[in-house]
Amino acid sequence: MHIVVCLKQVPESQNVRIDPKTNTLIRQGVASVLNPFDYFALEAALTIKDERLDTKVTAITMGPPQAKEVLMDALSRGADDAILISHRAFAGADTWATSFTLAAAIRRLEPVDLIVCGKQAIDGDTAQVGPELATILNRPYATYVKSFEFVDDSHLKITRQTDEGVAVWRLPLPALVTVLKDVGEPRPRSYRATLRARRYEIPVWGPEELGVDEDSVGLKGSYTQVVRIFSPERKKDRIMLRGSVEEMVDELYYWLKEQRVPGL
Amino acid sequence: MDYFLTEEQRLLQEIAYEVTREWIRPVRAQLDEAEEFPTRLLKILAKTDLFGVCVPEEYGGLGGGVFENCLVVEQLARGCVGVATSFAASGLGAYPILLFGSEELKKKYLPDIASGKRLAAFALTEPGAGSDVSAIRTRAVKSGDEYIITGTKQWITNGGEADVYSVFAITDPTKGPRGASCFVVEKGDPGFSFGKKEVKLGIRASATRELIFDECRIPRDRLIGREGMGFIIAMKTFDKSRPGIGALGVGLAQEALDIAAEYARKRVQFGKSIISFQAIQHKLADMATKVEAARALVYSVARYLDAEPKDASKYAAMSKIFASDVAVEVALEAVQILGGYGYMRDYPVEKLLRDAKILQIYEGTNEIQRNIIGQELNKEYGKKKETIL
Repeated sequence: MHIVVCLKQVPESQNVRIDPKTNTLIRQGVASVLNPFDYFALEAALTIKDERLDTKVTAITMGPPQAKEVLMDALSRGADDAILISHRAFAGADTWATSFTLAAAIRRLEPVDLIVCGKQAIDGDTAQVGPELATILNRPYATYVKSFEFVDDSHLKITRQTDEGVAVWRLPLPALVTVLKDVGEPRPRSYRATLRARRYEIPVWGPEELGVDEDSVGLKGSYTQVVRIFSPERKKDRIMLRGSVEEMVDELYYWLKEQRVPGL
Repeated sequence: MDYFLTEEQRLLQEIAYEVTREWIRPVRAQLDEAEEFPTRLLKILAKTDLFGVCVPEEYGGLGGGVFENCLVVEQLARGCVGVATSFAASGLGAYPILLFGSEELKKKYLPDIASGKRLAAFALTEPGAGSDVSAIRTRAVKSGDEYIITGTKQWITNGGEADVYSVFAITDPTKGPRGASCFVVEKGDPGFSFGKKEVKLGIRASATRELIFDECRIPRDRLIGREGMGFIIAMKTFDKSRPGIGALGVGLAQEALDIAAEYARKRVQFGKSIISFQAIQHKLADMATKVEAARALVYSVARYLDAEPKDASKYAAMSKIFASDVAVEVALEAVQILGGYGYMRDYPVEKLLRDAKILQIYEGTNEIQRNIIGQELNKEYGKKKETIL
């Protein structure tokens, strides 16, 4: 079984600031880390490898040369191989161009039975790349997966979180899943894997290796562009309700009425 | 101080410390309070490969020695000596097999202990046999292709939790210490059960339990080495494991120093942080000096023991005494520096003090260690020629 895990390097969220003049993220001096949700994607893949010994896990990421660090991290936790997708032409990609590029890389890695992504990245928060990638590769996918098990060699039984509750699906492989933290606690680095990772030369793939046209990737291949990013204005108006539940409900009712909320 | 570690040795430290930082520290107070065995943490540790640190590579381990084991347990002890003891006791249980077991026993047990899949334990102490090892009463009688073991072991670390036990029993009561032998007993062997779990002052995350052998039948090939080798096996095991107790002391003392120094920099009294007072500075200076001296001794001894010297016991005892005494002294001073806060459970130093005390007691009390050193000195000076060292 061959599993590809898609990882993303993101700015450490606690330190992200937005430049009020340019409305862009200030990335200088901010440490980059592996997107927290991607740890669970990796863990999901490694859990399968624990149980099915013939499993190979390949970690891929698209990003600048320093994104190699997240691949080193994945190798140190037990991924077998890693590929860095990096080239100037890939810069400025939106989710579509990112998915398109990742799809080209995965085609080169075929046969791939399962692709695992985190549920979303904490910088863009779009949760689009997983489903887009599956769509481009023409594979079934399930998002927000909490748990999974193999029905047989070519089917997964997955449980996914929905707004209403949980849904249990049977997913034919090859497929793609995006996972939640419920799939398992991310494991630590292992001694042997880290030693191996330190001696592992991570291949770097550009447009040429992927066989894609430079105009179809990065900013040029993007359908969307970020016009403006801003922090929402903090509104300080608030009212505090006190007293018993009945008193608070009364007070809220009259307040809403004063605000001329329709229906009251 | 730089101890000129190799890349591999540094990596062992790094990985062990990551487990301490990410997994052990956040839950140590809770495990202590609830006296909860750290099953989850040991599963995490199993994934790091560290259980195999001193198991040879041919049996699935990392092929390290006493020194590498010390590097690992020191870092784990910065997190919690209760957890680190549970980890280290598995190595202690494996040592008799590793040092004296047949090829079949090694192949059967070491790979699973090295991977952390099965936990091991070392069972020597009995109600009437603590420091006086020769007083053990547990009997093993050969019957056809089996040994039948009867007796009770007390205060066995990992008791009930471990899957594989190195058990010492008398095979020939006429021979005194030379009549003891060592066996592998597995959880689930007929006639083998567990008694009460002890409630302890410290290392409360670790499990300390009674083992009961009621005509427990095991196959004959579970004998480690030969009959009558039990005492030698125990002593050779301790030569390998005692520096590890020293390393637990170093790790605990380092943690106490770190917490005390950080606290002293932040705590303001009389308008100044208390670290600016000489009384506190001198305490911290003494603590730091002791920690470094203990580490230097433990590391030197561990490296020396890996060269398989003949006078291992004396040095192993020295490293155990010195570093465990330092752990108690430094933890005590840390409580003093934190004052009232140090005495409260809200801060981790009172636990460090409670945990430190066992280091002077288990794996041979410090008094027994001094006996070993004293007897060795008596022998050495009896035949001493003038030497440089």
